[in-house]
Amino acid sequence: MKKNITILITGVVLSFCFIILYKGLNNPNTYVPKTSIKKDIPIFNAVDFFSRKTVSSDEIFKDNTYYIVNIWASWCVPCRVEHPLLMQLNENHSVKLIGLNYRDSFNNAKKFIDEFGNPYSRILIDKDGTLGVEFGAFGVPETFLIDRNKKIIKKFIGPIDQEAVNKIKLMIK
Amino acid sequence: MFANQIGYYSLILGLLFSFLLCTIAIQDFNKVNKKLNANIIILTFLQLTFVIVSFFSLILSFINSDFSNETVFNNSHTTKPLFYKISGTWGNHEGSLLLWLLVLTLFIFLFLLKSNSQPKKYRILTLLFQQIIIIGFFLFVLTTSNPFNYLFPIPKEGLGLNPILQDPALAIHPPILYLGYVGASIIFSASLAAVAQNYISKEWAQHIKKWVLISWIFLSLGIMLGSIWAYYELGWGGFWFWDPVENVSLMPWLSLTALLHCIAVLERRATLTSWVVVLSITTFTLSMCGTFLVRSGLLNSVHTFANDPARGIFILIFLFVLIILSLGVFFIFHKDNNGNQNNFFWLSRETSILINNWFMMYFLSVVLIGTVYPIFLDVISSEKISVGPPFYHKLIAPFLIPFLLFMALGPRLKWIKSKIEKKYSIIIIFIISIILTFFIIKNLTTNILFYTLLLSAAFFLFFTTLKEFLTKKLNNSSQTIAHFGFSLLILSILFNGILSSEVITNMKIGEKFKFGKEEIFFKKIEERRESNFNSIVAFFEIKDLEGNVVELEPEIRVYNQPLMVTSEADIKTTLLEDKFIVMNLVKGNEYFNVRYQSKPFMVWIWISVFLLGLGGTIGLFKTRT
Repeated sequence: MKKNITILITGVVLSFCFIILYKGLNNPNTYVPKTSIKKDIPIFNAVDFFSRKTVSSDEIFKDNTYYIVNIWASWCVPCRVEHPLLMQLNENHSVKLIGLNYRDSFNNAKKFIDEFGNPYSRILIDKDGTLGVEFGAFGVPETFLIDRNKKIIKKFIGPIDQEAVNKIKLMIK
Repeated sequence: MFANQIGYYSLILGLLFSFLLCTIAIQDFNKVNKKLNANIIILTFLQLTFVIVSFFSLILSFINSDFSNETVFNNSHTTKPLFYKISGTWGNHEGSLLLWLLVLTLFIFLFLLKSNSQPKKYRILTLLFQQIIIIGFFLFVLTTSNPFNYLFPIPKEGLGLNPILQDPALAIHPPILYLGYVGASIIFSASLAAVAQNYISKEWAQHIKKWVLISWIFLSLGIMLGSIWAYYELGWGGFWFWDPVENVSLMPWLSLTALLHCIAVLERRATLTSWVVVLSITTFTLSMCGTFLVRSGLLNSVHTFANDPARGIFILIFLFVLIILSLGVFFIFHKDNNGNQNNFFWLSRETSILINNWFMMYFLSVVLIGTVYPIFLDVISSEKISVGPPFYHKLIAPFLIPFLLFMALGPRLKWIKSKIEKKYSIIIIFIISIILTFFIIKNLTTNILFYTLLLSAAFFLFFTTLKEFLTKKLNNSSQTIAHFGFSLLILSILFNGILSSEVITNMKIGEKFKFGKEEIFFKKIEERRESNFNSIVAFFEIKDLEGNVVELEPEIRVYNQPLMVTSEADIKTTLLEDKFIVMNLVKGNEYFNVRYQSKPFMVWIWISVFLLGLGGTIGLFKTRT
């Protein structure tokens, strides 16, 4: 009798733990630092991917529109995952995408763009990775949303997902 | 590239050998021959060889910076020093699981080699239970975390190893800790086999004690290495933060320590069998739980490598399969056939061990609740809380007082039945401890009563074990050394907690700052370049009243792969105290944020854990007559 009760209690406790832990697994647990303080975009000069001309940040962000800066590289596996979403974002006319090609070779990057499509209105070369640092990036991929006042209002670390895209669309409305 | 293929296929071969082994073992189980089929040991050895080959091919890929391997790509970089390239092998999720497998197969091989004198059926069952665990891990590695995933096109450069993991203590922390964790798997399998064969006896206790001691020693040292790393590298100026990840390593330790003492009772009196089995199951389950919580991303911390729910679900299901299997075996086969279980005389060594085991179970529950409660609360009500040190201190510290007293008195008692003798020495030591403590504590803290009791209990244990060293001929030296180490641990933690002092201030070059009896002088800064980072080194001088000068050189490192800024504390260690300084940049300013701490008796915390380990090691080599 005593043994049966022990077994029953153990069983109930175990099932409870299992359910809780199982549910816990499905909770998102990625930590994104809050960028509540709106940061100015850095002032810099960069080389354009296709024309190889040096352009200044004022020139790049001259239009009165929202911008998305996306740091990517052809060797970066998660970048491949988020690429279709960037293509989708590019269909939205109230935003312009700027690609920051991070520590990459021209040929590989070109192949990547040819294969998966080019969502960017402009691609900048960040050969030694300093430009990404100027933006405050931790790694690739990373995505920044810049508003009409040229302030960074949102930052996504790691590949963006559909939820992030929806959030961006909501913010640029 | 080639190494990748070899590694992957030897893993698959290793898994196939598991099935082969199980088949042969089951066949051999019912045969009448008394000896174990020799093929079994050979097959176990071959399985081990395959895992070793796989592990070394991953190491090779890391050494060669072969970025066609996804694991290498994610965790290494060409500019890393060789040492960290190699330690990068187990510094990540996939590689560390491969290490688990390696230790699992190694331990079952050693177990079979060393258990010749044991009954055949018991050995075969142990092998089978262990193979269930091994198969589970093989499947886990192959299906969700293959360390040999191929990348194409081959990236030119890797993403780098997290700089805070680039540290010598941390390079050896995982292997040592795993030896402890996985050692628990052998105890788990062996005790299930012993239950199924109704073989829980004095002989079994003598045989399994060695394995318990081995895992206990490695687990203790592994936890200490992690703690040393946190102290030197994280720069928070402490050695234990009650972080969930630390807790999950402490829980199996507590349960293993309790098991160790139960085994000692079982060895003499053939009792406490249920305790032994339940604790064996608990220890391994808690080790697995630790792996689950750390690997699944349920806990956010430095150890969270990946956030892949598929992995979490696999371990979760596997963990519960093991729990249900082991409890099933326990409930079906275990016969509590020792009528003398409850016949403990109130004044005997086993009674004191039993009491302290209950205390340890209490400590274990506190840590368990503190660790798991936030997760449960988050799931049930999406409320995020974190359980901090005050919770643990409040619930654990008061119960340490009786715990320490029993620890001091218990070994002085006889087994089975002890008489109350007029032992003046014990009373004298007790009074000395209280008086000594009172004078030390009087001017230091407000909570005199509590600290006096706690410290006297620790001093009491300290002096009784010390007296044991000086007077007796050390017939139970391993126990005495381990208990002495524990008293030293508690004493140094307490003094460290009470006497530590800290100051945080902004300073610029050339400035002086008065702090208590000391003066901090910020002399200069220098820039340095290494292959994997650039650094700013600051030079500080700490001058005390007598004019003794200590120089400290904290650093700010800018790692290049991946780009990350870390603060490296500088610590000057002496026997009496550690001086700890760490600095940070203040944005757009010539000032640096400086944190200086003086932490007394720091080094004694490490020394005392070494003593604990030493005690265990002596116990391992000592044969009981």
